[in-house]
Amino acid sequence: MNSSTTTQPRPSEKTVFEKGSSLWADAYVRLKKNKLAMLGGIVVLSILSSCFILGPILGWMGHSANNQDLTNRFAAPLSSGLFGTDQLGRDLLMRVLEGGQISLLVAIMATVLTVTIGIIYGGIAGYVGGRIGNIMMRIVDGLLAMPFLIIVILFRELISGQVDKIAKFLINDWGLDTDFILRFANLVPLTLAIAGFGWLTMGRIVRTSAASLTKQEFAEAARSLGLSHARILFRHILPNMLGPVIIYATLTIPSFILYEATLSFIGLGIEPPNSSWGTLIKEGANYLETETTVLLIPAVFFSLTLFAFNFLGDGLRDALDPKSSKD
Amino acid sequence: MLRTILSRLLQTIVVVFLLVTFTFFAVRAIPGNPFADAKATSPEEQAALEAYYGLDKSHPVQYFNWWKNVVVHGDFGDSLAMKGRKVSTLIAESFPVSLKLGLLSLVLGMGLGIPLGILAALHHNRMLDYIAMVIAMAGICVVTFVLGPIFQINIAKQLVSLNVAGWSSSSDIILPAITLCFGVAAYLARLTRGGMLDVLSQDYVRSARAKGVSPLKVITVHAIRPALMPAVTFLGPAFAAIITGSFVVENIFLVPGMGQHFVLGVTAKDYNLVLGLVLFYGILMGIANLLSDLVLIFMDPKLRNS
Repeated sequence: MNSSTTTQPRPSEKTVFEKGSSLWADAYVRLKKNKLAMLGGIVVLSILSSCFILGPILGWMGHSANNQDLTNRFAAPLSSGLFGTDQLGRDLLMRVLEGGQISLLVAIMATVLTVTIGIIYGGIAGYVGGRIGNIMMRIVDGLLAMPFLIIVILFRELISGQVDKIAKFLINDWGLDTDFILRFANLVPLTLAIAGFGWLTMGRIVRTSAASLTKQEFAEAARSLGLSHARILFRHILPNMLGPVIIYATLTIPSFILYEATLSFIGLGIEPPNSSWGTLIKEGANYLETETTVLLIPAVFFSLTLFAFNFLGDGLRDALDPKSSKD
Repeated sequence: MLRTILSRLLQTIVVVFLLVTFTFFAVRAIPGNPFADAKATSPEEQAALEAYYGLDKSHPVQYFNWWKNVVVHGDFGDSLAMKGRKVSTLIAESFPVSLKLGLLSLVLGMGLGIPLGILAALHHNRMLDYIAMVIAMAGICVVTFVLGPIFQINIAKQLVSLNVAGWSSSSDIILPAITLCFGVAAYLARLTRGGMLDVLSQDYVRSARAKGVSPLKVITVHAIRPALMPAVTFLGPAFAAIITGSFVVENIFLVPGMGQHFVLGVTAKDYNLVLGLVLFYGILMGIANLLSDLVLIFMDPKLRNS
């Protein structure tokens, strides 16, 4: 008691205000304290840069993921390339890096779509509210009660026919690079199908925070200024919910990597000549009895990526939303 | 409470109705038809098959007929891909297999995950907490299609003499159940830890401690019930999902469960099978959610009174 009275500034003294720190600066300080999350962030960056920077550089230096050498099958790690070779004598390091490009590309593209659809749909449902908002959310609830595999495969089958048509059109009528289009056309239905299921949860999250933000004073002020609904929603309400959206997006990427791998593992995802971590694991599992590296190396990359994204996402959630953190 | 149950049931009926309607038209929008892929069918034979299964009629008529058969006769129709089999027979044959496997892995997952979560919460931000959470994350990240093959080769063949795959002896359930349980255990551990941490910081727990109640009793008598509520909420839908089978695990261990039909039904454009499964799954999901609501009501006096 005594000490607190002595340290209190007297009114006559000039009061020094501490410089305020922004939400993001606070969050960064908290994130830096979370060792697992920082480690996750470093691993995410290294995997991204090895797949998208190191891989192309090695490719440019003459390494290839597709050069077969049947005299050099299942070479041990370090004896031929860093990780050895696979069942057809292909460089396993290059295979893993190229597979990672596809896995990450599908997951990131699907996440971008998920965020876009989720923000628009959930934002409108939350902002409009009332009966329309409720009906919009009941549709989401209904689709979430579908078996995951049925809805994703259904979307994939529905989309792939259309994508094939567009790809044929681009190749025949526009004379575009056949190999690139065909490879990309294989990714599109899968990506759209994953996003078609994935946006449901994002829509729910966005709707919850949009509904609560719409009731706050600043939104009311914006309304009383006579701003249009679109402007209030996209300029005033959306920027305020970036936190939860970014967090959920970070946690969405690993689950989409997992979806892609699951679908590829059961033969309904990535098809040759493309390969992803899912197809590599599937192929590797066939040779597991005698050879372990062909399964283990892609599996380690795959699991490590999921670990890293999840720890980073959890850390971001705790850092940006201290209330939810269990400290 | 009766009102809660009734409104839940009503919600389930609406959701299932919408789902079936959506699926009915979506599955028919897939390019191609169920008989086009079959070998050695001439256009005439295809037309005859379509007429036999009533697929030559317009979609609204087919839709009405499907509901009439389900509601009036309790008949889900014939499978279009597996000739001569009824959808209800396919479900009746495969569901018990998936149910048995799912229940065992659910029990294993609860036995593993809930204690792990409590342990982590009690050692919050200490070594044991970190270890438990890394183990739990491993359960999410080291997925079934990596674990399954490794178990087959290393455990089934080398450690104990179990069948690598198949569903002929009673011990065949062990490996797929273990493979499946880690995912459940991981989510349960994380949810239980979160719930426990919430409860342990509550005032009534502090006053129980201040009164000198032993730490064990604080947890078993005061904290555990509310701490498990997030886990129970998760278990509702998870229960419905896991007892309807996992295609990946069934595929690896050659289990004749229900998961295979979910995938093959859509890829073979077996309209009736897909619709039957969606209806079955939707009802099961409704029941599971209702059960978890009821358990929550019994666990939480606040919910009971409202």
